[in-house]
Amino acid sequence: MKTGKIIWDGLAKQNPTFRMALGLCPTLAVTTALTNGLVMGIAVTFVLACSNVLVSLLRKIIPDKVRIPAFIVIIATFVTIADMLLEGFVPDIHKTLGIFIPLIVVNCIILGRAESFASKNPVFSSLVDGIFMGLGFTLSLSLISVIREVLGTGKLIFFGNLLFSFDFSVLGFVLAPGAFLTLGLLLSLFNYIDLKRGTRQ
Amino acid sequence: MSLIALLISGLFVNNFLLSRFLGLCPFFGVSKKTESALGMGIAATFVMVIASAVTYIIQQYILVPFDVVYLQTVMFILVIAGLVQFVELYLRKFQPDLYNMLGIYLPLITTNCAILGLALLNVTKGLNFIESVVHAVGAGGGFTLALMLMSGIRERLELAQVPKAFSGLPIAFITAAIMALAFMGFSGMI
Repeated sequence: MKTGKIIWDGLAKQNPTFRMALGLCPTLAVTTALTNGLVMGIAVTFVLACSNVLVSLLRKIIPDKVRIPAFIVIIATFVTIADMLLEGFVPDIHKTLGIFIPLIVVNCIILGRAESFASKNPVFSSLVDGIFMGLGFTLSLSLISVIREVLGTGKLIFFGNLLFSFDFSVLGFVLAPGAFLTLGLLLSLFNYIDLKRGTRQ
Repeated sequence: MSLIALLISGLFVNNFLLSRFLGLCPFFGVSKKTESALGMGIAATFVMVIASAVTYIIQQYILVPFDVVYLQTVMFILVIAGLVQFVELYLRKFQPDLYNMLGIYLPLITTNCAILGLALLNVTKGLNFIESVVHAVGAGGGFTLALMLMSGIRERLELAQVPKAFSGLPIAFITAAIMALAFMGFSGMI
């Protein structure tokens, strides 16, 4: 498969959040602030890229019948590594993300890519797929968290630096209903763009 | 925290789906029919209660005494996967009626973040054995409740005239937003 196509699939065409609606729990839970969303996205990208490479390397060794448990062990190992790295380097964010870091294990994007891509493709394509699927996820998380942070708190903070602020906030956007509303509206926006494109062609 | 408060917290205040965002895949995936929502809810509650009990024992008597808490994620997910398999085998052999009802939903539960999330929450909150199990019952009940409510609304949405761009998932999200808003009303209860 062409590398360019894999990149485009990951970022846009098969975007895990907006196109496939996978991995919804972290998408809604940690996107209260841009920094949290970004760190979560990077952690998922790291786990996705590493697990894709290892699964791809072992794809001829792992017997078909036990492949799912084997994938889960591989993923859980990298999640533990990511957990320790985050705790060491960004302890504050690690605390805010809380149980959602170990929960990367059950994120359907990662198991989904291992099963549908990495177990069938060579190492390099799997690495590219992992990185760009992860980046697609990171982009979506960042988009949602920027909207929620700006509307919900009236400011935008990037790793402790205040980017801008204004005297207007709707608290609901950082609470649970805002998460569902933001993602629902964004999904409908992408649907709308698709429909418009479809009629023009 | 008293047991009743824990139960109510799981059922309403900290509802797993609508305020903790755990286990959303079945919430949007299996919520198109009320019967399948009920089946999924009962199966999840069943596994939640057993998983809470078993992960408590593992945490207290294996991970902590041997000082290998960093293996928590790996251990818990493997135990839950094994447990689901075991429950499935047991039900198929001894409770065929229940198996027929829950059968197809059981494998889906292994990768449901509500189960692992619950096990991790029990540890983070420092709950004891009884509290963990009660918390699981509350959380499972709340999960079933939200799933049932959602499926009831979605059955009606099928017949409603929804703008094209909103049909399917987007309108389900908007519905969930309104439900979450309603559930926020419970937040003063405890």
